Amino acid sequence: MYPADLKYTKDHEWIKIQGDGTALVGITHYAQDALGDVVFVDLPEVGDQLTHGDEFGTVESVKTVSELFAPISGAVTELNASLTDHPEYVNEDPYGKGWMLKLQISGAAQADLLDATAYEALVGSESH
Amino acid sequence: MSGIKKTPLNAAHRGLGAKMVDFGGWDMPVQYSAGILAEHEAVRNKAGLFDVSHMGELRVVGKDALKYLQYLTPNDVSALSIGQIHYTAFLYENGTFVDDLLIYKEAEDEFLLVVNAGNIEKDFHWALEHVKGFDVRVTNESDATAEVALQGPLSEKILQPLCDIPLCEMGYYYFRHGKVAGVPALVSRTGYTGEDGFEVYVPAEAAEKVWHAIMDAGSPLGLIPAGLGARNTLRLECRMSLYGHEINDTTNALEAGLGWIVKMDKDADFIGKKALAYAKAQGLERRVVGFRTAEKRDIARDGMSVVQNGERIGYVTSGGPCATVGANIGLAYVPVAMAAIGGKIQIDIRGRAVEAEIIPTPFYKRKK
Repeated sequence: MYPADLKYTKDHEWIKIQGDGTALVGITHYAQDALGDVVFVDLPEVGDQLTHGDEFGTVESVKTVSELFAPISGAVTELNASLTDHPEYVNEDPYGKGWMLKLQISGAAQADLLDATAYEALVGSESH
Repeated sequence: MSGIKKTPLNAAHRGLGAKMVDFGGWDMPVQYSAGILAEHEAVRNKAGLFDVSHMGELRVVGKDALKYLQYLTPNDVSALSIGQIHYTAFLYENGTFVDDLLIYKEAEDEFLLVVNAGNIEKDFHWALEHVKGFDVRVTNESDATAEVALQGPLSEKILQPLCDIPLCEMGYYYFRHGKVAGVPALVSRTGYTGEDGFEVYVPAEAAEKVWHAIMDAGSPLGLIPAGLGARNTLRLECRMSLYGHEINDTTNALEAGLGWIVKMDKDADFIGKKALAYAKAQGLERRVVGFRTAEKRDIARDGMSVVQNGERIGYVTSGGPCATVGANIGLAYVPVAMAAIGGKIQIDIRGRAVEAEIIPTPFYKRKK
């Protein structure tokens, strides 16, 4: 449920840092499960500059809404346009079809990113 | 004293993979593995089964039972026949809500009151506080009683083979005693979803047996268990009030749009009558309206402010995306001057003033 090639935040985003200086961002299995049926993902625009830790969007589910926080600093280079018509991809395939945006990373990866083992321990302690 | 309360079906929910939440001190399923959207659709098109055992049951028995309830509630209890039910409330002297409830007329001197889970103790005390001068006995049967709600167009087809009451003869808001899966039960044609359906009251110790019997009978027809999440979106589409949202101890029955349960001309004085008559004569300042936002991203949620020129002039009581209506809808208190159908209001959604249109309610009405 928490692929080893991704990094995670304590706010339940995942980030896939790729060799070319870009990264993909989405929310984790734990986050989509807690939200339930996702009905809308509100994302920034291509070209927007995100700063590590800042809110960059929201995910609306039937029952609640949750903010998204940037796991790393960078410029938005691409959005997952298919989420407009298929927000349920976030539930069905959070690390695949449910990816949210692509960033051109600026600066170094932050030390507060968790690996899969550490993240799994975190959510293990949150779910009782 | 401490600890979260559990219904007799708690283990059954966990066995079905339910996601459990604390709902007013009760450990309840918010959804099962299908999810809120699928559960909502199942109830609209086939059937869903809800555990509503957390609801409270108070029994009023005695020579003065009718007189007592006429005084305690605003609807006209004298209009009920035996086997009939109506929606009503406990009101404070100022016309605001202690709770909303159903009254079942069991006999000329006996009534069953079904109240909200979070208000059981408050309601029971309220009822006891007012027995003075009436020959009645009020008992709290909540812990001994389980309740499941089978809702959706296939409900009668699913329940009838398990039940010795001829359900086709049972009208909306009527009930009878009989057996369900061999268990003594009260069965009423009622619900909180806007669909046809039944609520089945059984002894707590028989809850699992009845739950499994209904699930086994209905599963081949498309019945799935449904949780509080779907219960909320279903009731919202039908504009049914929820205590703690549209109604509470700060909202009166008239502004909540429940004037139809306030029978000013019934042949009895009742608690709250004077205040509501005064409020009516003065004219209401605000009332509940239904609204819709245009954009997918604009989802108003409970508690958000209705604003005008940056000032809070009202608030959203319930709101969210609703599947059958296919839109982001909600209910809100707004000043009466702005409450006309077709009017526009502004809702503060996380710092953005979003326009919403006031539209007729209920948002959804089933085809007869």
